Amino acid sequence: MDDIKYDKNIDYGTPTSKSTKQVTLTVDDRQVTVPDGVSIMHAAALAGVMVPKLCATDSLEPFGSCRLCLVEIEGRRGYPASCTTPVAEGLKVHTQTPKLADIRRGTMELYISDHPLDCLTCATNGDCELQDMAGAVGLREVRYGYEGENHLSAIKDESNPYFTFDPSKCIVCSRCVRACEETQGTFALTISGRGFDSKVSAGITDFMDSECVSCGACVQACPTATLIEKTVIAAGTPEHSVTTTCAYCGVGCSFDAEMKGEEVVRMTPSKHGGANHGHSCVKGRFAWGYATHKDRITTPMIRKNIKDPWQQVTWDEAISYAASELIRINQQYGKDAIGGITSSRCTNEEVYVTQKLIRAVFGVNNVDTCARVCHSPTGYGLKQTLGESAGTQTFDSVMESDVIFVMGANPTDGHPVFASQMKRRLREGAKLIIADPREIDLVANSPHIRADYHLKLRPGTNVALISALSHVIVTEGLVKEDFVKARCEWDSFVEWRDFVAKPENSPESLANDLGINPELIRAAARLYATGGNAAIYYGLGVTEHSQGSTTVMGIANLAMATGNVGREGVGVNPLRGQNNVQGSCDMGSMPHEFPGYRHVSDDATRALFEAAWGKPLSKEPGLRIPNMLDQASEGSFKALYCVGEDIVQSDPNTQHVTHALEQMECVIVQDLFLNETAMFAHVFFPGASFLEKSGTFTNAERRISPVRRVMAPKNSGLDANGKKEDGMEDWQVTARLSAALGYPMEYNHASEIMDEIAALTPTFKGVSFKKLDELGSIQWPCDDENPAGTPIMHIDEFVRGKGKFFITQYVPTTEKVNAKFPLILTTGRILSQYNVGAQTRRTQNTAWHPEDTLEIHPHDAEERGIKEGDWVGIASRAGETVLRAKITPRVQVGVVYTTFHHPESGANVITTENSDWATNCPEYKVTAVQVSRVSQLSDWQKHYKTFSEAQIAYAQRATRANESTKVA
Amino acid sequence: MDIQRLISMANQIGDFYESYPDKSHAEQDIAGHLNKFWALPMRQQIAKHVQTQNGEGLHVQVKRAIQAHLQL
Repeated sequence: MDDIKYDKNIDYGTPTSKSTKQVTLTVDDRQVTVPDGVSIMHAAALAGVMVPKLCATDSLEPFGSCRLCLVEIEGRRGYPASCTTPVAEGLKVHTQTPKLADIRRGTMELYISDHPLDCLTCATNGDCELQDMAGAVGLREVRYGYEGENHLSAIKDESNPYFTFDPSKCIVCSRCVRACEETQGTFALTISGRGFDSKVSAGITDFMDSECVSCGACVQACPTATLIEKTVIAAGTPEHSVTTTCAYCGVGCSFDAEMKGEEVVRMTPSKHGGANHGHSCVKGRFAWGYATHKDRITTPMIRKNIKDPWQQVTWDEAISYAASELIRINQQYGKDAIGGITSSRCTNEEVYVTQKLIRAVFGVNNVDTCARVCHSPTGYGLKQTLGESAGTQTFDSVMESDVIFVMGANPTDGHPVFASQMKRRLREGAKLIIADPREIDLVANSPHIRADYHLKLRPGTNVALISALSHVIVTEGLVKEDFVKARCEWDSFVEWRDFVAKPENSPESLANDLGINPELIRAAARLYATGGNAAIYYGLGVTEHSQGSTTVMGIANLAMATGNVGREGVGVNPLRGQNNVQGSCDMGSMPHEFPGYRHVSDDATRALFEAAWGKPLSKEPGLRIPNMLDQASEGSFKALYCVGEDIVQSDPNTQHVTHALEQMECVIVQDLFLNETAMFAHVFFPGASFLEKSGTFTNAERRISPVRRVMAPKNSGLDANGKKEDGMEDWQVTARLSAALGYPMEYNHASEIMDEIAALTPTFKGVSFKKLDELGSIQWPCDDENPAGTPIMHIDEFVRGKGKFFITQYVPTTEKVNAKFPLILTTGRILSQYNVGAQTRRTQNTAWHPEDTLEIHPHDAEERGIKEGDWVGIASRAGETVLRAKITPRVQVGVVYTTFHHPESGANVITTENSDWATNCPEYKVTAVQVSRVSQLSDWQKHYKTFSEAQIAYAQRATRANESTKVA
Repeated sequence: MDIQRLISMANQIGDFYESYPDKSHAEQDIAGHLNKFWALPMRQQIAKHVQTQNGEGLHVQVKRAIQAHLQL
């Protein structure tokens, strides 16, 4: 129904229908044409008639319990509920009659007879559907009195840190229960008891003790003050709202920042968000308090030596000190000694200006981004095989999938909002294959979902698994040859086919390496190849290996061989970890390519950028992050501009990273907090949070979404007289640094940076802030042919023309277990925390995950005399750290697992410098370790404690430099 | 950079192309990868290692690729 325009501010009561058949009916004498299958309530709303309702909302299937939405239909008997009655051709519906008014008033009277009459002091006063309906039906008196049995003294559940549950205000409409089921897919809530005793119940005791994941769907769905954000209770209802994009994971949810002046009252998921359709998770919905956390550093600081205390300075002083140091180092050591690192937490515009600064000012390509350590193999592998460094699908495509293959990803923890959509499709009957060494929640721990095949491979054997799956598809004649012939390079296919068909690539031959029953692999391969639309979703469990790029190419091979590319429901889908992994890569922050994935050696591209930037540019690939660190350790790399990234906590082999930083002469860190890297810095530029700036993020489905400034930047600094200066958006800081280096960047607003990107990058040609305002979001490529963007790629042909198969030989990692290090450590994420935790640790999300723990199998624990909660030392060839043990059969025998959200855990003290052959992406997922009971922290942790306490004190005690003590 | 690290990185690239039936093409691809992704100082260092140390520690195919196709 292209002609129907939905207004996001209207609740249509029940969901729309996908039917292309149209039905015309009359509602209160208004004729309306609607898609077949919608409810009468929905049709009425489209006609501009709002039928009173309480239990219905258009994000949920109709339930028909509140009895307010009754209507009369000519020729039909009784008073059917408009929410559960579908439309039919020619119906004549009346929504307002004396009889209906009488029934509705009677129903409301019953509701209100068991509801506190504290409207004036209630947190949802003015924002309450029950209150609205009482007004709408004209309720004037409640005849029953309050003497009888009621629920008015029911006890509040305030266990969740972000919202309260007040059962005295509950009307048992079940919207929360259904939201938990339908929207989130957790099924944590239920209605317990019957009749008058019916009540919403979370678990046995309270919300925190239940299966609740605090996604906020129930709070969003509640029509009363029963489930309400604590911030609204504290601050009152918001007075204006601005739509922006979440700064957490790669799903890129759209949120309405609901404000009171410059203060956020709550973040609510935007119903028309292209990626999230009104859903959210505990991070985006609730964990935004870090933006105003007391730990934030808002004044620029400098120091000569990392053993010195910090000195607060004005922005001018900080910028000119940083510039003078960079100029000195450039003159003293040469341009190769200087580089920059951007983060996937930066906006596209920030990444763009940072790489522009490094390339244009210094004439080197030493700029890299944290995708180096997560998805660089995706960029490489998909470019090689399909021709573009990006996922092929839109998230909504999963609703057309028949087979979902999740490999090395844990969507319910890492990409929760997309996981909810995936679970919805799985509950509808799609088949599920999971390849993961660990039993993630999707295997068997999500209600009404069970993986058809869990390929519980040994860490480090992904390529062997891909080979074995490919072997079955080729040797059992399951290749879609017509697709391959039409769409792919035939010669490359033949080479690949002959390779994977070799007996050594059979599931039986590889069973010992993989630790999987060959029959399971055969069955999974058959299902993937023949089960209908098959889509692969993968994450860092694929990329963060010594053969990460090989696996990505192997995945693309599988998809091409089975014809699973180029339409809805299929494809190769990298689940990007952070909000702007895709975008930071798109923006040319890798040392070998300009924005739009064009190699620096390409003369035409370089000429384009040289003309636009007015500077000669280098045709030589620059240093990657690990190369920078290696060079720094040896003394030839001296200055680093690190924007929004925390390499000390997130990069492997921490002691190597910190040693490298200690050798540098000028480390500039731009961040919200004194992060771990800033403890080794000489210049600190305070950053602005996503609430304080304009820009764009690009999510895992190539969706460019607007980040809108809702408050002034808090990094105001102090001028020479101790007065507050104006704060700056992060791109402004970079532009000012650039100007101080003699290369002014003349932008007045982030939108002008995007205009420059669009002018220089074919896949972004049609992107502008204005168009983003009109469309909400845009999936690139966006050009003359696709002015509204491209949800599905490679439809008629691959971006590279013909798809190319690559032989993917399994090469076991050199990180092998032995008698000294007999276990394999693999790392991952948890729902409530995000990446290095700098943001989420400064929110009440710590209620769910106060510390990183080591998961160990009961067998391995027993062998070592380890009990639940014991301190255990984890030693690898790189280092040693100590965590508490969590004994669980989710990990397999011989494998231990942890997360790296807390710096004192030192998870990366253990990980090694092994890396992917093609991209140097670290092999985080495989480290040989020994685990033993210990009674005290490791030496590294003791050193860390002393060092970080001193560094924090240096910042806390930082005072304004006076003339005599100034370092500059 | 530590030459041993460069050697093992180069050998890893060689491992990927090991199974390619067309050996001369594989050698071009190995060197092509180094040309595209390794910074010049890293390429110079590995080339020097091939020249002065006969590429000790490098797989044969990788050494040949560097000798024949590395751009400096």
